[in-house]
Amino acid sequence: MNIHEYQAKKLLAGFGASVSKGAAVLSASDIDAAVDAMPGPVYVVKSQIHAGGRGKGTFKELPEDAKGGVRVCFSADEAKSNAKEMFGKTLVTKQTGPSGKQVNRLYIEDGADIDRELYLSILVDRETSLFSFVASTEGGMDIETVAHDTPEKIHTIGINSLTGITDADVEKLSAAFELEGAAKEDAKSLFPILYKAFTDSDMSLLEINPLVVLKDGHLRVLDAKVSFDGNALFRHADIVELRDETEEDEKEIEASKHDLAYIALDGDIGCMVNGAGLAMATMDIIKLYGATPANFLDVGGGATTEKVTAAFKIITSDPNVKGILVNIFGGIMRCDVIAQGVVQAVQEVGLQVPLVVRLEGTKVAEGKAIINESDLNVIAADDLDDAAQKIVKAVKG
Amino acid sequence: MSILINENTKVLVQGLTGKTGTFHTEQALDYHGSQMVGGIHPKKGGSIWTCGSGSAQGKELPIFASVAEGKAETGADASVVYVPPAGAASAIIEAIDAQIPLIICITEGVPVKDMVEVKARLADSNSRLVGPNCPGLLTPEACKIGIMPGSIFQKGTVGVVSRSGTLTYEAVYQTTTAGLGQTTAVGIGGDPVKGTEFIDVLDLFLDDDDTKSIIMIGEIGGSAEEEASEWLMEQAKLGRKKPIAGFIAGRTAPPGRTMGHAGAVISGGKGGADDKISAMETAGIVVSPSPAKLGETLLKAIG
Repeated sequence: MNIHEYQAKKLLAGFGASVSKGAAVLSASDIDAAVDAMPGPVYVVKSQIHAGGRGKGTFKELPEDAKGGVRVCFSADEAKSNAKEMFGKTLVTKQTGPSGKQVNRLYIEDGADIDRELYLSILVDRETSLFSFVASTEGGMDIETVAHDTPEKIHTIGINSLTGITDADVEKLSAAFELEGAAKEDAKSLFPILYKAFTDSDMSLLEINPLVVLKDGHLRVLDAKVSFDGNALFRHADIVELRDETEEDEKEIEASKHDLAYIALDGDIGCMVNGAGLAMATMDIIKLYGATPANFLDVGGGATTEKVTAAFKIITSDPNVKGILVNIFGGIMRCDVIAQGVVQAVQEVGLQVPLVVRLEGTKVAEGKAIINESDLNVIAADDLDDAAQKIVKAVKG
Repeated sequence: MSILINENTKVLVQGLTGKTGTFHTEQALDYHGSQMVGGIHPKKGGSIWTCGSGSAQGKELPIFASVAEGKAETGADASVVYVPPAGAASAIIEAIDAQIPLIICITEGVPVKDMVEVKARLADSNSRLVGPNCPGLLTPEACKIGIMPGSIFQKGTVGVVSRSGTLTYEAVYQTTTAGLGQTTAVGIGGDPVKGTEFIDVLDLFLDDDDTKSIIMIGEIGGSAEEEASEWLMEQAKLGRKKPIAGFIAGRTAPPGRTMGHAGAVISGGKGGADDKISAMETAGIVVSPSPAKLGETLLKAIG
């Protein structure tokens, strides 16, 4: 689960991290008050969407030479007019895809007097099974580019989870950032604060790009991107409340209510599969035969008829879907339960597109019998290869 | 022979008294009499669990209050964890502390932070963990631990190792259909931080005389496939080599999205399918373009 920058900063400030003074704007009528609450003379107006590259992004509704999604303003009036221009518009960045994301929230922030920009993140290092800090003096840039062009400028420091962050770890980080004086003193409290925020909140990623050294020599968190471990949300009711559903696909929200792993894609063949690996492999084989999948959908191991019905409804609610492939290898999942769910869903919502069903594994004979005895216009398939070819043929002709 | 488990493996079940634990333990007992020897429940120690279905219907298993007690009473050398996510890591740590040699965690949805701690504790322990978020292990006609469907297996010569449950079933089914059968299938699980990685299992398969060939199924996310490929090349130089067929799921997955498995995500430009496939091919693994051609591809690799 992702949250907005302003939410992330509030969370970090709660742990004691130094952030700029700022005010969130959730409706256009709040803009003036938010700007007036800042001390000035420099204001930063920042679009709040769940995607990176905001500064270099462009607004669909504005002329091409208009400024991007993060704007530095030098008077209150300038800040207000820029905020009003940005609010409600569609921001396209390299991470949003061409359709962009509507800016429904802004963050007005006090300008900072910056001396140096640094990059800091904390993440799960899969190779070492540790939480690791990633540190670079090359802040404010795309870190993937830094990693590719100058890998020697990226330092990774793993933290022993049983001891937590140590003085020696902080020392290593300060050296990696080439910190001195007041900044080095600040680091002694800030880095442990960030580590505590990460572990206490069950984050999966905390990215501060940039972390800045101010002209007065102190450290400040200037941007913050936070993702949480979805598997740990059960112990963080306060964090779940930060979820902004307008940032998510409607079908994905509906799927999450039924505990289905669903991801909307832009192709035309809807898929319903059990198991994440097989669901990905089903997408791959559709592509292999020249078509594109409309979604990823794993109904899981313990699906009921109701869950399968819900899954089927979500797939058919996508207007791009020109055909559906159901691919089940029953282990715990029983083929007869899937078949029952498909039949029930079709009875409720109808079937306007070709449907190919491949069943294998536990209770396969019973499952096939249920499909055959229904009046559904189902194309049966013997194996995965056969199924993929049949659905692609049915859609593409 | 087989790896990790055989007909003599004695298994404790942590979470036996729950619905999932009960269902799969009944299935395990039904599968060639896999030796499930007892259950663990901190508050139900001293009670008895009775198998309610299958060929072992009526069989009774003792419930112990702790893993240590269960191990002392039964001589168990393995433990399987069906405990729900919130308590799964504690259950694993209890088994580590009781020095159970082989721990298998089936539970899906264990928080990463908990697993990072488990990994730190595993480092200086006598235990091996498989999983979490995995289907378990199965050695045909000998022992089934976890949730794999026994009916598709056949005793034979292929070692199967996979990050995905249902793709393990595809590999098993296709090698059965191809007439090769399996020595052992190991599902290592779909989480980013897990107990056993590809290299651990490949090492065991290379050592096992009955395993004549291997299927390795990976997916997007992380770099375990690349690391395994490099390791296989080093081993080949030492003369340790067997025919291997491979598959990577997620060629069409969009970057930045977690594809069902917590570990299946392309992030920061890393973990994409193409890098994995080219690393595997460089190491001499014959990579199947299609999940439907795993058996066929393995026959090609064997030559």
